[in-house]
Amino acid sequence: MNKPLRDTDLVPDDDGGPLYAAGKKIYPQRVSGSFRRIKWILMAVCLGIYYFLPFVRWNRGLGAPDQAVLIDLANNRFYFFFIELWPQEIYYFTGLLIVAAITLFLMNALGGRVWCGYLCPQTVWTDLFFAVERLVEGDRRERMRKAEEGWSLQRGSELVLKHSIWLMIAWWTGGAWVLYFADAPTLIKDLVTFQAPMVAYIWIGILTFTTYTLAGFMREQVCVYMCPWPRIQAALTDEWALNVTYKYDRGEQRTSLKKAAQARALGEQVGDCVDCNQCVAVCPTGIDIRNGPQLDCIQCGLCIDACDNVMTKIGRPTRLIGYDNDINIHRRMEGKPEIFKPLRARTVVYSALIAGIGAIMLYALLNRSLLDLNVLHDRNPVAVRLSDGSIRNGYTIRFLNKRGFDRVIAVDVSGPPNAVIHIVGADSIVPDRPMIILARDATTELRVLVDSRPSSEEDLAPSTPVAFHVTDIGLGEVASAKDVFVKP
Amino acid sequence: MADHAHHAEIDKVTGTSTTGHEWDGIKELNTPLPRWWIWTFYACIVWSLGYFLVYPAWPLVNGYTTGFFNYSSRAELAVDLAKLDVVRGDKMAALATAPLADIEKDPALLALARAKGKVVFGDNCAACHGSGGAGAKGYPNLNDDDWLWGGTLEQIEKTLLYGARSGHDDAHQGNMPAFGKDGLLEKDQIVQLANYVRSLSGLSVRPGTDLAAAKQLFADNCSSCHGDEAKGNVELGAPNLTDRIWLYGSDEATLIETMTNGRGGVMPAWNERLDPATIKAMAVYVHSLGGGK
Ligand code: SF4
Ligand code: SF4
Repeated sequence: MNKPLRDTDLVPDDDGGPLYAAGKKIYPQRVSGSFRRIKWILMAVCLGIYYFLPFVRWNRGLGAPDQAVLIDLANNRFYFFFIELWPQEIYYFTGLLIVAAITLFLMNALGGRVWCGYLCPQTVWTDLFFAVERLVEGDRRERMRKAEEGWSLQRGSELVLKHSIWLMIAWWTGGAWVLYFADAPTLIKDLVTFQAPMVAYIWIGILTFTTYTLAGFMREQVCVYMCPWPRIQAALTDEWALNVTYKYDRGEQRTSLKKAAQARALGEQVGDCVDCNQCVAVCPTGIDIRNGPQLDCIQCGLCIDACDNVMTKIGRPTRLIGYDNDINIHRRMEGKPEIFKPLRARTVVYSALIAGIGAIMLYALLNRSLLDLNVLHDRNPVAVRLSDGSIRNGYTIRFLNKRGFDRVIAVDVSGPPNAVIHIVGADSIVPDRPMIILARDATTELRVLVDSRPSSEEDLAPSTPVAFHVTDIGLGEVASAKDVFVKP
Repeated sequence: MADHAHHAEIDKVTGTSTTGHEWDGIKELNTPLPRWWIWTFYACIVWSLGYFLVYPAWPLVNGYTTGFFNYSSRAELAVDLAKLDVVRGDKMAALATAPLADIEKDPALLALARAKGKVVFGDNCAACHGSGGAGAKGYPNLNDDDWLWGGTLEQIEKTLLYGARSGHDDAHQGNMPAFGKDGLLEKDQIVQLANYVRSLSGLSVRPGTDLAAAKQLFADNCSSCHGDEAKGNVELGAPNLTDRIWLYGSDEATLIETMTNGRGGVMPAWNERLDPATIKAMAVYVHSLGGGK
């Protein structure tokens, strides 16, 4: 039989606490300072771009949309200012995503989670929602008091006001989103008159809901529990990366202001931290940065501002909390000068990769062909013998005219002996040189037949390379594509 | 070992009762499901009952319950198809009224006809002619330029409409007689003829064949259909014997078989199953395969 359990065997270690606990509500305090200012500016820039970019116009000529940034799903086009991308050019997005990822790595190697603290949409919108909350309900202490006091008419109306403003921001966020997918002014008119497609309303609904919940309620929980980046970032970082750091070499021992003054008067060594907890009060994730680097810290820099204000007030040097790393803390403790190494193997490699991929993309973009063709060989049958003994191969050729006007092209073929080309439906003045009109900004699929009359059977290999050449009669632009010509 | 004694026992650590199940000393706590979970479960049951009532569900002896709204996926499909007809209506109408010769000159109509033709060809013709129209023994290759009944757009359309030996009044008629079986020619005459026909398209001939005599035999028996020059006759569906394309094969044995027993492949009349616009699209598609004249 089994050994009977003793009660003591099952007593859990008491350091871990309960496995589940209700979330702790955080009441971040208002703060002012240089990092707060940077955050306000970045917020204005990011939201400004997001909300107003769809209204920027860009003249692309007749028949083309004049919206600077437009994802035209119906016509499979993506417009970005002077760039127009087709579905088969989706690799530009791949390149863009790679560059974005490496830029994130570079940011991380230089300044830790700068993305999280300043640019991440979750941070930006949460910050905005916090601002609204403070405006309506008051600052930290007031909000905490009100939360304890319970219901009153005043409190109810405040909550209604706060949630209404939140919902309006959320709704506007969803509204801006759909404007990227259709002509903005028209869509707005349609939305207002309830003429817009259902999917537009659905997307506005989805984004309203997600913005409202994520920025209004989930907040730091998204960063701490849902977002993968803190985990990835932790694995990517190194000891030289600058992170928001409590400089314990300077801060410890913490004492009250009065005790510190007394100690200093006696010539004793004391820390600068006066344990005022301002850094904790302003933290949007509710943590204490003095416990060292931690996953919950989004590195927003607000605790730097909070502490700087305290330091200024008590007449001590600022940046007790600041962008720093452990190496420098140890160097200072050993009396060595601080060093900063923004140029390291990884930052150089990341920068080189960004520059390299960027250059390749730019080159590809500038040399992007506006006339193109794809060839598909007939499979069934691969080759046909005609009654006069000549051999015919059929191809389906897809011509791409990426220009905004119709153009006339001629198609020539080379490769198989005595090759003659015939395009079903083509008009031509010159015999054996079929010409067709390619509609503007469209693909045209045509059936192309190539006949070869070898002087003898041996004159034609079982498989011969064949090349198709397209010439724009007006512009002289050319494009070619290769395939094979086979014998039956 | 499982201990199935169902006695309420309280676990000392958690203060929860156990189910009385025990495996290798590990006891199962009797933790109730969350209430929201239970209610979701009940709601699903109610929802599923609603499903039974709203949608066709229960099999009966001679049918099934049709549900409150008489929903059927077939009716839904009919609605979708009707919508499609509306969307494509004017395009198909344009196709129906355009003269055959003009369709290939109009890029939009040509694209429509080829797309439509390709689908209909795949559904109806591919079984015999292959998905790309490459044909097979006895089933013509539609990509080459050899046509039994003519390769112009009009001729192709007519063949599609009425077929060959299909039983339709307007169908192509014409038969390759069974010279051997019906006793019209002797066995050795047929051998001679077979070799003569091979010589017409430059194929090797069995030594000792009297080509001059065979030529006379051909003139007497075959030229009425295949022509004096053996170039064939599209009115009768008689193939050109001088080219290098053979429907049933060009070897001596196959030719002897052809002459002995005759041939008479059947092509169905499609006008009974497909509307004129569709047949037009198919004609254009087949013509654009490349062999059309
Ligand atoms: S600890 Fe400081 S930097 Fe980190 S999240 Fe809190 S306030 Fe921002
Ligand atoms: S704000 Fe500065 S002084 Fe105040 S507790 Fe934080 S680190 Fe110490």
